[in-house]
Parts: sequence; structure tokens; C-alpha cells
Amino acid sequence: MRTAGPKAITWGVPIAFLRTETTLDGGRRMVVSGAWTLDGLRGQTRSLRAPLAAGAGDPAATWDLASVEALDAAGAALLWRTWRRRRPERLHVRPEHEALLGRFAGLSGEPPQPAPPDPLEPIAALGRGSLEAVGHVTGLVELLGQLVLDVGFLIRHPGRIPWREWSANLYRTGATALPITALVGFLIGIVVSYLSAQQLQTFGANVFIVDLLGISILRELGPLLSAILVAGRSGSAMTAQLGVMRVTQELDALSAFGVSRTLRLVLPKVLALSVALPLLVLWTDALALAGGMLAADLELGIGSTVFLRRLPEVVPIANLWIGLGKGVVFGLLIAVVACHFGLRIRPDTESLGAGTTSSVVTAITVVIVADAVFAVAFSGVGLR
Amino acid sequence: MSTNGSAPVVEVQGLSTRFGDRVVHREIDLVVRRGEVLSIVGASGSGKTALLRQVIGLHRPQAGTVHVFGHDLYRSGARTQREIRSRWGVLFQGGALFSALDVFANVAFPLREQRTLPPDVVTDLVMLKLSLVGLHPADATKKPAELSGGMVKRAALARALALDPELLFLDEPTAGLDPVSAEAFQDLIRTLRRELDLTVVMITHDLETLAALSDRLCVLADQRVVAVGPLDEIARVDHPFVQEYFARIEKQAQ
Repeated sequence: MRTAGPKAITWGVPIAFLRTETTLDGGRRMVVSGAWTLDGLRGQTRSLRAPLAAGAGDPAATWDLASVEALDAAGAALLWRTWRRRRPERLHVRPEHEALLGRFAGLSGEPPQPAPPDPLEPIAALGRGSLEAVGHVTGLVELLGQLVLDVGFLIRHPGRIPWREWSANLYRTGATALPITALVGFLIGIVVSYLSAQQLQTFGANVFIVDLLGISILRELGPLLSAILVAGRSGSAMTAQLGVMRVTQELDALSAFGVSRTLRLVLPKVLALSVALPLLVLWTDALALAGGMLAADLELGIGSTVFLRRLPEVVPIANLWIGLGKGVVFGLLIAVVACHFGLRIRPDTESLGAGTTSSVVTAITVVIVADAVFAVAFSGVGLR
Repeated sequence: MSTNGSAPVVEVQGLSTRFGDRVVHREIDLVVRRGEVLSIVGASGSGKTALLRQVIGLHRPQAGTVHVFGHDLYRSGARTQREIRSRWGVLFQGGALFSALDVFANVAFPLREQRTLPPDVVTDLVMLKLSLVGLHPADATKKPAELSGGMVKRAALARALALDPELLFLDEPTAGLDPVSAEAFQDLIRTLRRELDLTVVMITHDLETLAALSDRLCVLADQRVVAVGPLDEIARVDHPFVQEYFARIEKQAQ
């Protein structure tokens, strides 16, 4: 005789018991008792496994469930699996538990299995990936084209210009980004200035710090820094907003009212960011130059008067215009990419997360690619 | 855990709720007895769902206590709370299925969290629950986004029933179901009640479900419980909302 389960019985706590007996004629008798419920089985399944398997291996075994106090679907499922999904030939069971066991007998079996892995899967994945990439490109072009059409429509119907949405977006993407861009700009200005100062000192070329900072910040660092910050900050917010609107069917509601989602949702974001980002670039430039000026004063003894007098003399104004132009283009690109990904989100949480991630990554990549294009296209301008 | 047979399953005492300046509940008392189906009715915005959320421990009330299975829900330790939560099932209004998981994984989720049963038994149990609520085995691999409204309700019910709960909370279980499915749902609840000794707390606007299933009704109006009792008793309560509401039921019955 063997007992499964804990040695001590705690009264009041439901526990599943199993006892193996030998009958008078030498057969095996499995006595199932106690609480065969999820609660009763907690912590017991491991110790029950061996005796259950032994009982199941003997087709002549008698299963006695008459003293089971409580049986729920979990307990019944465990027994049913043990019996290899067949009713044992010799089974004693209480009539009230019969219905529950009967329900398993009527089950159609395993859930549909996922298809076995396809040996050509890597090739199929490559194809899917390429098609998706093509889909993204055509989607972006389509969105840009739709925006151009929308602008044309608004020129003919100036009363329909979504001023309120535009101004709300301008505030959200521009004004609220001022503190973070200021901090990052100022610190980067200090860092660049400090590092360059040490190099310039070795050559005695202290005063060239102004040329170096002026061109690098106005032309490159200011636009790129603010664009990357804005892509992380506002680009993700735009994607998530449109994605949630898909999940909550707000996009469908807009369409049902016959309101163009590009006109009402995308265009204000794109136009607002194309205005906000150059302004942020200007702001970041100013703060970065201030940081650089401070470091130059401390490290090289170049005072702010000298710095500010030399700046317009050695840095052509074209650099500022190029920087601001980059701001406009980057803003447009970030907003279009963010909206494109936002509108493609499917109504589930995973897609929302994945869409937001790829939106930010793509926006930053696109910004850097555009920056390289600018560098090549304007290589002859503003550098002497 | 021995629970006295006559002890109330849920006991709400002096519960008050405010959202900002808006008072939703004022000194609400409510008792749910073992084995009964209690329906909470009230006009839209009368705080039915808010009350339910407080009873299932999602929103701590500003004042008052909630006892479930004899334990104070908001003043018991994490272990007791976990134990209580494994003894009830909740069907949320919108289903609240995990959208990243398929139907099978949704129903298996609470079972796997228990870490008691081996995977093959979990599979059997999930398939049983799915057939119980009338879902086809082929639906098991579908994602919630691919399901119709009625199928979402069924899958969510299967998930709520996964742990064979003693207490079932249903928030608008038949809303959005066609009359045939709604009737099948009523049959299902009746069967479950008989087999599992289930206690049900239900919010519903569906008068047929209300009349077919409820043992007692609890009417929320004017931020209070204005009446509790069986349907025919409530119909005699002299309160404008109650009168108007039950005039509807009678009209529909004719």
C-alpha cells in the first residue's frame, strides 16, 4: 500500500489524496479521495505523478472515485489525461461527478496545432521583409502625395485650415520641448568647447575656437541634436496617439463622418513640426553657443565680447540658414514618418509597441540620411 | 480555508466614492449570499461599474469596507489577496482579453499562473472551457482582434471560468449579443450555477437576462442602494426610478 501526498493531514485545507491498494484477487485498486480541485492539487501534482502513471499503466486497475469530496474541472482534467483520454473499464464514480467527466469525453481533442516549420521559411521571410520595405516606401510616398493634395485643397478652401490643431501641435511639439533641448544644447556646447580648447591650445590657435564652435553648432550639431530629441519625444507621441486612435476605433469614427484623417490629423502635425523644429534649432544653437562661450572663457580666457564680435566675422550667415533649412526638412520628415507608422498600427497592444519603436528608429535614421544629403549638396556653401 | 455556509460571500459596508467633486456612492451597504445571483441595476452613470471595480479590488473606496469570502479586501496581506483573487472570476465589459495572446493562451493564462497543473492537463482544461462557452476548437488560435463581439464575450467568459471560481462577476455579459446567444448565455450560467455552486454578481441592462437569472436585485439610484430584494418585491418599491424601470419589464413581458 502506498500513499501519495503529505504525511500530515491538515484539516480544513483541501488536499488531493491517492492510495494504491491490492484487492483480494490480486488486482490493483486506485482509491482517489480528498479534494481533487485546483486548490487541493496545489503542490501535489509532482508527488501524484508516479502513482497515477503506475495506475494508468495497468489496464485492469479499478479506479475508485467514490470517496472524492470535491472534484472540479482541473482535477477531472488531470485524471482524464492520466487515463489517456479514455474512460477506464472499471470505474466507480459518484453520480454528481459523472457529468464533469462526461464532458471531457465529448471533447474533440487537441487544439489546432500551428503549421510545422517550412524549410523555405528564411526565403519567405526575406520576401516578406522586402515586400514590407517596399510597402513602407510606397506608403510614405502615398502619404506625402495625399498631404500635397490636402495643401492644395486648403489653398482653395482657406476656411478649412485646421488652425486649432496646428497651434495645439505647435505648443506640444515646440514649446514643451524648450527645457530639454536647452539643457542638452548647453551641455553639448560646453563639451565640444572644452575638448576643442585643449587641442587648439597645443597649436596656440586659441581664437579659432569661435570659428569651430560657430560652424559646427549652427550647421550640424544644433539641427541634428534637436531633431533627434524631437524624434524621440514628439515622433513617438504622434505614433502612439494615432495607434491608440486605431485601437479605440476613433480613426474609423472620423472616416465615418467623412473627415479626412490626413487633413485633420496628419497635416496639422506635419505643418506644426516643420515650423516648431527650425525654431527649436535656433534655440538649441543659442544655448549651445552660450555653453561653448562659457567654456571658452574658463578654459582659454576668451571673453564673451571677443567671442560675440568674432562670431559674425568668421562664420558666414549661410551656415545659420542651412541649419534652419535642415530644421524644416527634419521636422517634416519626422512628422511624416511618425504618422505613417501610427496609421499602420493594427488594433493590438503588441503592434502599438512595435510601431512606436520602429517609428522612432526610422525617424532618426531618416534624419541622419537627410543630414548626409545636406552635407554633400551644400558642401560649397558657407565654408569658404 | 473553511467558510461558513451562511456567511455572505461579499459584504460591502458604508462604501462611499467620489471622483473629484462628483459623488458617485453615498454610504452603500450590500450583501451577496452564497449561491445566489445578484444583479445590480441602475441608470447609466449611476456607478454600477464603479461599485464592481471596488468590490474586485481595483479601486479603493474613499470610505467603507469590502469583505470578500470573509476577508477585508483592502486591509489583508498580499497572500490573502492572491488567494481571494484565485477564487473569483471577472468578465469585463469589453472582454479585456490580452490582445497579444491568442484565445487559447488567454484562457490558459490564469491556469499557467497557478503553476499547479502540467501543460497537457492545461490544454485539456482550456479546450473544455472553450467548449463550455460554445467556442469551436478552431477559434483557439485566433487573436482577439479577429473575433466578433460575441466571441470576445465567450472567450472572456472562458477565461473568467478557467480557475473554476466560486464567485463570478459579470459586467454587462449579454450586451452586444444576439437574442439567441443571450439565451444560450443564460442557460450556461444556470448550468454552471448548478454544477459549480456558483455565486454570481452581475451588472446588466438586459431585462430578459435580469428576469431569467437573478435571485435578487440591487437598484442603484441617487448615489444609494434604493432597493434590494427579489424581482417581485422590488417592483412594489415606491421610487420613481424603480417604478419607471419595472414598468418596462412588465411591458416587455406582455
